[in-house]
Amino acid sequence: MNPTASAPATGLRARTPADEGVARPVDEHRAEPGGPAEAGPDEPVFSFRDVTLRFDATDVLDRVTCRFGDGCVSVLTGPSGAGKTTLLRLCNRLDVPTTGTVLFRGRDLATLDPLALRRRVGMVFQRPTLFPGTLGDNFAVAAPAGGRAHEDALEAVGLPADWLDRPGDQLSGGEAQRACLARTLLTGPEVLLMDEPTASLDFAATRTLEELTTGLARTGMAVIWVSHDLSQVARIADTSVVLLEGRVATDGEATAYLAGSVRHEGPPGGEAP
Amino acid sequence: MTATSVTTGYVGWVGLVASLALVGMAVAISLWQRLDLERSLVWASVRAIVQLLAVGAVLAVVLSPRVPLAVSWLWVVFMVVFAAETIRRRAPEVPRARPLALASLGLATAVTLLVLFGLGIFPLDARTIVPLAGMVVGNALTSTVVAARRVVAEFSDKRSEVEARLALGLSSRDASRPYVRDALRTAMIPQIEATKAVGLVFLPGAMTGLILAGEKPLQAVLVQAAVMFLILGAVATTSAAMSIGLARQLFTADHRLVRLSRATG
Repeated sequence: MNPTASAPATGLRARTPADEGVARPVDEHRAEPGGPAEAGPDEPVFSFRDVTLRFDATDVLDRVTCRFGDGCVSVLTGPSGAGKTTLLRLCNRLDVPTTGTVLFRGRDLATLDPLALRRRVGMVFQRPTLFPGTLGDNFAVAAPAGGRAHEDALEAVGLPADWLDRPGDQLSGGEAQRACLARTLLTGPEVLLMDEPTASLDFAATRTLEELTTGLARTGMAVIWVSHDLSQVARIADTSVVLLEGRVATDGEATAYLAGSVRHEGPPGGEAP
Repeated sequence: MTATSVTTGYVGWVGLVASLALVGMAVAISLWQRLDLERSLVWASVRAIVQLLAVGAVLAVVLSPRVPLAVSWLWVVFMVVFAAETIRRRAPEVPRARPLALASLGLATAVTLLVLFGLGIFPLDARTIVPLAGMVVGNALTSTVVAARRVVAEFSDKRSEVEARLALGLSSRDASRPYVRDALRTAMIPQIEATKAVGLVFLPGAMTGLILAGEKPLQAVLVQAAVMFLILGAVATTSAAMSIGLARQLFTADHRLVRLSRATG
């Protein structure tokens, strides 16, 4: 209940193949909160410092302080309306904080060119947002040069390289979302923001996208994945941050929240130990 | 049927009252089909007569050779301001509609009249300034409302698409281009269609008026063609100014899409 709680991304153990599809016991989710580490190999990709975002007199985010690491999948979870998507949108400056600071690799986001930043910090949205036209037309928006790079992008997400001429509206939801991921990868991002990208997908398509993304994290990409599905959190998270009503949950609240869902006991209460 | 009055082009008070028979027909249809539009029809007709009489009285003063040309220009300014206010009322969801409409209509009026008078297509006097500016403002008003409402609808309905473009690193101008283009096409196409159909499907007002007033058909046609091109130019200018200006209002300087009241994102 401490609104100024500083909750660094909670460390989870490293993912192993044995974890695939297995919800880990909540105790294994928990690790000691890490101390500030803004240099060296543990330098966070994003640091939020006392970030508040007010919209229509409501604090969508309330003095949020947290960090997201490099080369791993950080999951941002919490109930609907907790501010997860808003927090994600602050990372590529689709929104800006009312007060507080967001740092990207130690530099204040407000001082960076937003257009260059957005090419380094790619985003995949909740619903597949293919533009009108073919996949090639879509990819040309991200990378006008096209050619081999477009085919490589399709292959990178497991779609046939000869699909460039295929109209976007002929794809299934899962294929479209993979095409959106491919389009995002064409800007050469070092961070991927995934805003509940599997919310409208069936389980097989969800697993495909999860595996693609965790694979990208293994190659060194930082992934911040918003999800309210805690079995998904268990499958993909290296670290997690729990948001409750616009603020970062205390360790106790986070444990209770994650435990509640993993044990399928319904929505977690605020009964922090 | 009333060949004599057509050749003179003169409608007297008796004629005007007689023409109310046509309004009576409309009222009868409303009663028959229970449209509940009788009061509106009567009110609209009365307003039209009163407004036109008032405008006629003012025009009689403005067009008088003794009144300086500046009064005509003042009249044009009044039309632009009034039209901007009308646009604001007709498009309540559009942010900053009044200043944008003032700027777009002002620009369209200035540019088109400059061409008309600069190239000597019409002589510069009160008799040409006021009606030509009226054609510009009246026609531009409709297309400006369409353009403005369409831009807002596009950016509300396709907010996620616009933000997906921004998220790929596109500038707000590049990200908004397809939606501005769509709004602009929607605003301009009706006028293009009207231009195509002119003469075949309908006889436009200026030409009809000139012929009724006894002008030779060829002269009426030349005037009408020039007026149609004037309207095309005005509609394009004002729609473009409104769409582009409005699209800029919808982004911040650091390329973020502002939240619209209709937006659900």
